[in-house]
Amino acid sequence: MTSTEIAAVRPARTPRRSGPRSTLTRSSGLGLGIAMIWFSALVLIPLMAVVVTAIDGGWDVFRSTITNGQTAAAIRLTVSTALGVTVVNVIMGPLIAWVLVRDRFWGKSVLEVMIDIPFALPTIVAGLVLLSLYGNDSPVGIDIANKRPAVFLAFLFVTLPFVVRMVQPVLEELDRDVEEAAASLGASRFTTFRRVVLPSLAPAIAAGAALSFARGVSEYGSLVLLSGNLPFKTEVTSVRILSSIENDNVPAAAAVATVLLVISLAVIVLLDVIQRRVAARG
Amino acid sequence: MADTLVHEVAEPAAPVEKPRRAPRVRKTPVTYLMRFIVTAYLFFLVAWPVSLVVTHTFADGFDSIRSLLDDADMVVALQLSAYVAVWSVIINTLFGVGISLLLVRYEFPGKRILNSLLDIPLSVSPVVVGLALVLVYGGRNGWFGPTLAGWGFQIIFSTPGIVMATTFVALPLMIREIVPVLEEIGIEQEQAAESLGASGLQRFWRITLPSIKWGIVYGVVLTLARSLGEFGAVKVVSGNVLGQTRTATLAVEEKYLNFDPQGAYATAFLLAMVSVACIVVVAIIRPKNHP
Repeated sequence: MTSTEIAAVRPARTPRRSGPRSTLTRSSGLGLGIAMIWFSALVLIPLMAVVVTAIDGGWDVFRSTITNGQTAAAIRLTVSTALGVTVVNVIMGPLIAWVLVRDRFWGKSVLEVMIDIPFALPTIVAGLVLLSLYGNDSPVGIDIANKRPAVFLAFLFVTLPFVVRMVQPVLEELDRDVEEAAASLGASRFTTFRRVVLPSLAPAIAAGAALSFARGVSEYGSLVLLSGNLPFKTEVTSVRILSSIENDNVPAAAAVATVLLVISLAVIVLLDVIQRRVAARG
Repeated sequence: MADTLVHEVAEPAAPVEKPRRAPRVRKTPVTYLMRFIVTAYLFFLVAWPVSLVVTHTFADGFDSIRSLLDDADMVVALQLSAYVAVWSVIINTLFGVGISLLLVRYEFPGKRILNSLLDIPLSVSPVVVGLALVLVYGGRNGWFGPTLAGWGFQIIFSTPGIVMATTFVALPLMIREIVPVLEEIGIEQEQAAESLGASGLQRFWRITLPSIKWGIVYGVVLTLARSLGEFGAVKVVSGNVLGQTRTATLAVEEKYLNFDPQGAYATAFLLAMVSVACIVVVAIIRPKNHP
C-alpha cells in the first residue's frame, strides 16, 4: 500500500469510540508536545528500558531470577510486611484523621505537623531517627535493629501520612447533619459510624491504602541503616535490586525491578478506578 | 442616615461571617480514649525518635555541626544537594504548572492515561528509578548514553544524572497540588477577562497565577523536601564520589557506616531541619480556607 492510499483510507475509518474531541489550540498543543517529550525522556523511556532489559534475557532467565531463593525471600518479606503495615494504616489512619478533624484539644496542631514529618524527612534520616529510639543504644531498651520488626517499623513510619491525608479532607467535607439525623432516629454511635460515615470514607481509605502499600513495597532509604539487610531475614526487594546493580548483574536487577513496576502499575490502575467510582457517584 | 445605612448593611452580614458552627463534640470516654491512642501512637512513632536525633546532635553543643561545616567535602555535599534540589524544584514547577493547565483546561486523546502515568513516580521504588535512568543514559551501554557521551554530555555518575533522578521522584507532587485548585476555580473569571480583551499571557499572570498561588507554594515546599531527601535513586546514578557526586543524604549513610554517628546525626539534623522548617512555615502561613 502506498502512502497516498493510506491517506485516502484513513478518514473513512470510523473512530473506535466517541471519546472527547481534542480541544487543543496550536500553542497548547505545542506545550503538550514539549511536556510529553520531557516526560518520555525522564520517565517513560527509562521505565520501558527496565522491562525490555528484563525481557531480553528470556523467560527462563526471568523466572530463575525471580524464584532464586534469596530473591523470592526478599519479595515475600517485602510484600507481606507492606500488607501488614497497610492493615495497620487502614485502622490507624482513619482514627488519626477523625481525631484531627472532630476533636479539639491543646496541642492538636503539633500532631497535625507530625503527620507530615515522615513525608518531609529524607528516608535515610528516617532510618537514623528510628534507630536512635529502637536501635542498639535505645534509651527504652527495645533493640530491633537488624531484626524483622525493623522492616515493619520503617514501613510504618514512611507510610504514616498516606491514609490520614486521603481521609482528612473527605471527613471535613462530610455533612454532619446526616449523622445527627441517624442519631435522632435512634442509631447508636457505632451504627452511625458504620452505616453513614464509613461508606463515604471507604474510597479515600482504599486510595490511601493502595498508596501506602506501594510506598512500602518500594521503600529503600529508611532500611539501609535500620534493617541490616541480612539475606533471607531482613533483606527487602529494593536492596536486592541494588546489590544486583552493584554486582553488574543488570538483567537480574531489571527482572526484579519489573516485578516492582508491575505492582506499582497495579496500584496506579486501582487508584484510577477508585477515583472514577467517586467521580461517578458525584 | 449614613449611620443607619451602615448598620443595615452590617447586620445581615454578621451571620454569614461565622458559618462555622461551634463543634458539637460530645466528650465521651471514647473521645478521650481515641485522643490518647492517637497521641501515644504519634509520640512513639514520630515525636520521640525525631527529638532524639536533635538531642544526639547537640549532645556536645554545637561542636558536631561546626566540625561538619569545617569539612570541605561535606560543604561540597551540602552545596550539591542544594543545587540539585533547586533545579528539581524549577523543572518540576514549570512542568507541573504547564501539564496541570493542559490536563484541567483541555481535552485530548490519551488524557486519562497520561493522568495516571503522571502518578507513577509516587509508587516506583527509588532504586528502580536509578536503574531505569542508568539503562537509558549510562555512558557505556545505555540506550542513549554513548551517543550523548559522544556529544560531550555525561549524565550518569555526574550532576545531570542526579538532577534527573531527583526530578523523577518528585515529579507528581506539584501536579497533585495544583490540579484540584484549578478544577475548583473554574474558568469563568478567565472567560470574563478574555471577553474584556485580555491576552492569554495577561490572563495567566493576572487571573490564573494568583488563584493557584498557594497550590504552587505548597507544591514547591513538598518538591523541595522530597528533592533534598532523595537517597536511593541518587545512590544508583551518582557513583557516590567523595567531594564530587556525594550528596548530603549519601554522606549520612557513609558517616554512619564509618563509625562517625555524630557526623551522621549532625548531617541528618541539618537535612531534617530544612524539610521540617518548610512544612511548618507553610502550615502556618497557608490560609485556613485554602481549597
